[in-house]
Amino acid sequence: MITVYVPRDAAALSVGADEVAAAIATEAVKQKKDVKIVRNGSRGMLFLEPLVEVETPNGRIAYGPVSPSDVADLFKANFLEGGAHKHYRGATKEIPYFKMQERLTFARCGITDPLSIEDYRKHGGFDGLLKAIAMKPIDIVTEVTASGLRGRGGAGFPTGIKWKTVHDLAADQKYVACNADEGDSGTFADRMLMEGDPFCLIEGMTIAAIAGGATKGYIYVRSEYPHAINALKEAIEIAKKANFLGTNIQGSGYSFDLFVRRGAGAYICGEETSMLESIEGKRGLVRYKPPIPAIEGLFGKPTIINNVMSFAAVPIIIAKGGEFYKNYGVGRSRGTLAFQLAGNIKQGGLVEKAFGVTTRELIEKWGGGTASGRPVRAVQVGGPLGAYLTVEKLDVPMDYEEFVKIDAMVGHGGLVVFDDTVDMAKMARFAMEFCAIESCGKCTPCRIGSQRGVEVIDKIIAGTDRTKNLELLEDLCVTMTDGSLCAMGGLTPMPVMSALKGFPDDFHRAPKQPVAEAAE
Amino acid sequence: MAKSPSRPKDGSIKAPAEESHAARPVSEARALAICVHHGNRPDELLEILHALQHELGHIPETTLPVIANALNLSRAEVYGVLTFYHEFHRAPVGRHVIKICRAEACQSMGTDALCNHAEHKLSTKIGETSSDGKFTIEAVYCLGNCALSPAVMIGENLYGKVDAKRFDEIVGSLDKETVQ
Ligand SMILES: Cc1cc2nc3c(=O)[nH]c(=O)nc-3n(C[C@H](O)[C@H](O)[C@H](O)COP(=O)(O)O)c2cc1C
Ligand code: SF4
Repeated sequence: MITVYVPRDAAALSVGADEVAAAIATEAVKQKKDVKIVRNGSRGMLFLEPLVEVETPNGRIAYGPVSPSDVADLFKANFLEGGAHKHYRGATKEIPYFKMQERLTFARCGITDPLSIEDYRKHGGFDGLLKAIAMKPIDIVTEVTASGLRGRGGAGFPTGIKWKTVHDLAADQKYVACNADEGDSGTFADRMLMEGDPFCLIEGMTIAAIAGGATKGYIYVRSEYPHAINALKEAIEIAKKANFLGTNIQGSGYSFDLFVRRGAGAYICGEETSMLESIEGKRGLVRYKPPIPAIEGLFGKPTIINNVMSFAAVPIIIAKGGEFYKNYGVGRSRGTLAFQLAGNIKQGGLVEKAFGVTTRELIEKWGGGTASGRPVRAVQVGGPLGAYLTVEKLDVPMDYEEFVKIDAMVGHGGLVVFDDTVDMAKMARFAMEFCAIESCGKCTPCRIGSQRGVEVIDKIIAGTDRTKNLELLEDLCVTMTDGSLCAMGGLTPMPVMSALKGFPDDFHRAPKQPVAEAAE
Repeated sequence: MAKSPSRPKDGSIKAPAEESHAARPVSEARALAICVHHGNRPDELLEILHALQHELGHIPETTLPVIANALNLSRAEVYGVLTFYHEFHRAPVGRHVIKICRAEACQSMGTDALCNHAEHKLSTKIGETSSDGKFTIEAVYCLGNCALSPAVMIGENLYGKVDAKRFDEIVGSLDKETVQ
C-alpha cells in the first residue's frame, strides 16, 4: 500500500485540496492501486497548495500545485513511485523553502496526521507533558522563563513572568485561556497549527495548567476558522479518550478540562480582556487594567492567557529544556517565530525562523518577490496595527527591540507585501476606517478619533486645506496614542503615521477630479 | 455547540424570509430548546446565538425575550451582545452569504476590484441581499488565507486566489445547487 498525503488545511482546501483527494481516490480505484490517503496539515508552502506528497522508499516526494485535472496525468507519470512530472518538486524536506527553516513549533505540522495521537507520540508529542507531570510546577515556570519565550500574540510580554503570577496566587479556581482570535490580516500561523497539529496546542495548554494550578481551559477561536474549530474539538475528544486531558491525566493526579469557544467576527475580541468578556458571553468591551487578567481574569479568577503560538512553543521547551530554545534568536528575542508571508507575494506561506532574520530575506529568499512581478513598495509587519515599512527599512532584523527603534512592531509575525501600485494615503485611511469599524467603543479617542481620522484623510486626499489637515491628522494621532484605553486606538496611529512619514508623496498627489479623469 | 439540524456545508439557508406570523412561534421554540441544550448558561450566549443563526439564518427579534428569560439576563443585555458582534444578523439574509475579505493582504491583491465585480455581477451592494433572496454579500476583515489572496468564504467553504472569473464559477455552481 502506498501512502499519499493531501492536506486538510483550510488554505489548501481553498484551492481545491478536497477535490484533488477525491480525484486521487477515484483514479486509484480505477487503476487498481492500493492507495491510502492521509489528510495532513500544511507544510506551509502555501504557494504550492494543494501539495500532494507520496511516501516512497526515498522519503516523501512532493507534487504541487496539483489540480484535480492533473491527477490522471500524475498517475500516468507514475507519481506513486516518485515519477517525473511538471509538478514534481523532489523530496519535500529538500525543498529550499522548507529546508532553510528552523522548525520547532511547526516541527510536526504537515508531516503527521493531525488527528492521530499515535503519529503525534511517534514524533515527540507529549514528551513535554510527560516530563512536566514529574516536575514541580514552579520548575516548569522557571524553565519557560529560562527559554526567553515572549508572548507571540503581539505584545511580546515574557510568558514565564505571567505564569509565575498565576502560580503564586491561591484561588479556588484558576483558568488557562488561549487566544486564537488571530484577527490580524496577513497572519494564519495559529490557524495552521490548530488544523495541522492541534495536540501541540492542547499539550502546551495542559502544561500551562499544571504550572499555574488551573483545572479548566478555554480556547477562543474566531468564527472565521470553522476548520480549526472542528479539528480542535475532535482532537480534544481524542486526547480525553487517551487520558491526555480530563481527570487524573496519565495517573498524575492533575486534571484539566478544555473547551472551545467561538468568536463572532469582532477584531477587538483578540484583545485579551475583551476576549475574556466574550468567553463569558458578553459584549467584547475592553476591561480597565489593573487588575491584570493573571490576577483577576476569566470569571474574576486568576487566568493564564496566551496566544496559540506561545502555548505551542511550550512542549518543546519543556521536552528539550529552556536553554535549547533560548539558543535560537537574537538579543532579547529568543527562539523562533512563525513568519507569515502574505499579500502580494509570489511564494506566500509560513516560514518558521529564529529571530534575527530580516524582512528582506524573508521576502526575497523565501517569498521570491511580489506576485505581480512589480517592485515591492511597502510591507506592513505585525497586522493592521503595525507599521508600513519602506524598502529602506527591510534590512532591520526581526527583533522586538530593533523594531521598536524604527517605530514598528514585529507583532504576530505577519508580513503583508504591497507592490508599487499601492496608494499609501488609501491604506492610511483604511487603518482609521478599520479602527472605526472594530473599536469596542469604550473610550472616546478611539471611537470618535478613528471616525475623525477617516474624515481628515479624506480631506487630505481631496486636497482640501492640506497643510492644516495634515497637522490635524498628526495631532489626532497623538491624542489616540496617548488617550486610548487599549492598543486598538493606541496603535492605529502606527500604520497611519508610518504611511505619512514613509510615503509623503501619496498624501500630496493632485486630487482626483470627480468627473473628468482627463484632468490628471 | 448545539446539535442543530445541520445546515449544508455550502452555507445555504433554507427559508430566508421566515418572518411570517406562523413561523414566529417556531423560532421562539427553537430558541428555547437551544438555550436548554446549553444548560441555560449565560456564558454560553454567543454559542446559543450561533446555533440559532445556524438554523434560522438570522436572529429574529422575537427570540430575544425568550433567550433573556431563559438565561436570566435582561433583554438589553442580549440585545447588546447581538448587536456588538458583526457576525450576527438581525434580519433575514440570502440563501448564501458571500463573505469577501477586504483586509490589507487581500487589498494588496485586488480585493477592491473583486468587490466591485461581485456587486455588479449580483446586482447587489456589499451588506445587502439580492432581490431574488439568493445572495448576501458581506465585507469581512481577514479569513486567515492571506497567502492566497483574495479570499472569499461562503458558509464554511473557504476559497483562495479568487479573481472575477473564479468568483463567477463559484457563484455559478451555487446557483445551480439552489435551482435543484
Ligand atoms: C486590538 C487588539 C487585538 C489583538 N488581537 C490578538 C489576537 O488576535 N491574538 C492574540 O493572541 N493576541 C491578540 N492581541 C494581544 C492580546 O491582548 C494579548 O496580549 C495576548 O493574547 C497575550 O498572549 P501572549 O502573551 O501569548 O502574546 C490583541 C491586542 C489588541 C489590542
Ligand atoms: S482603544 Fe478602542 S477598542 Fe480599545 S478600549 Fe478604547 S474604544 Fe475600545
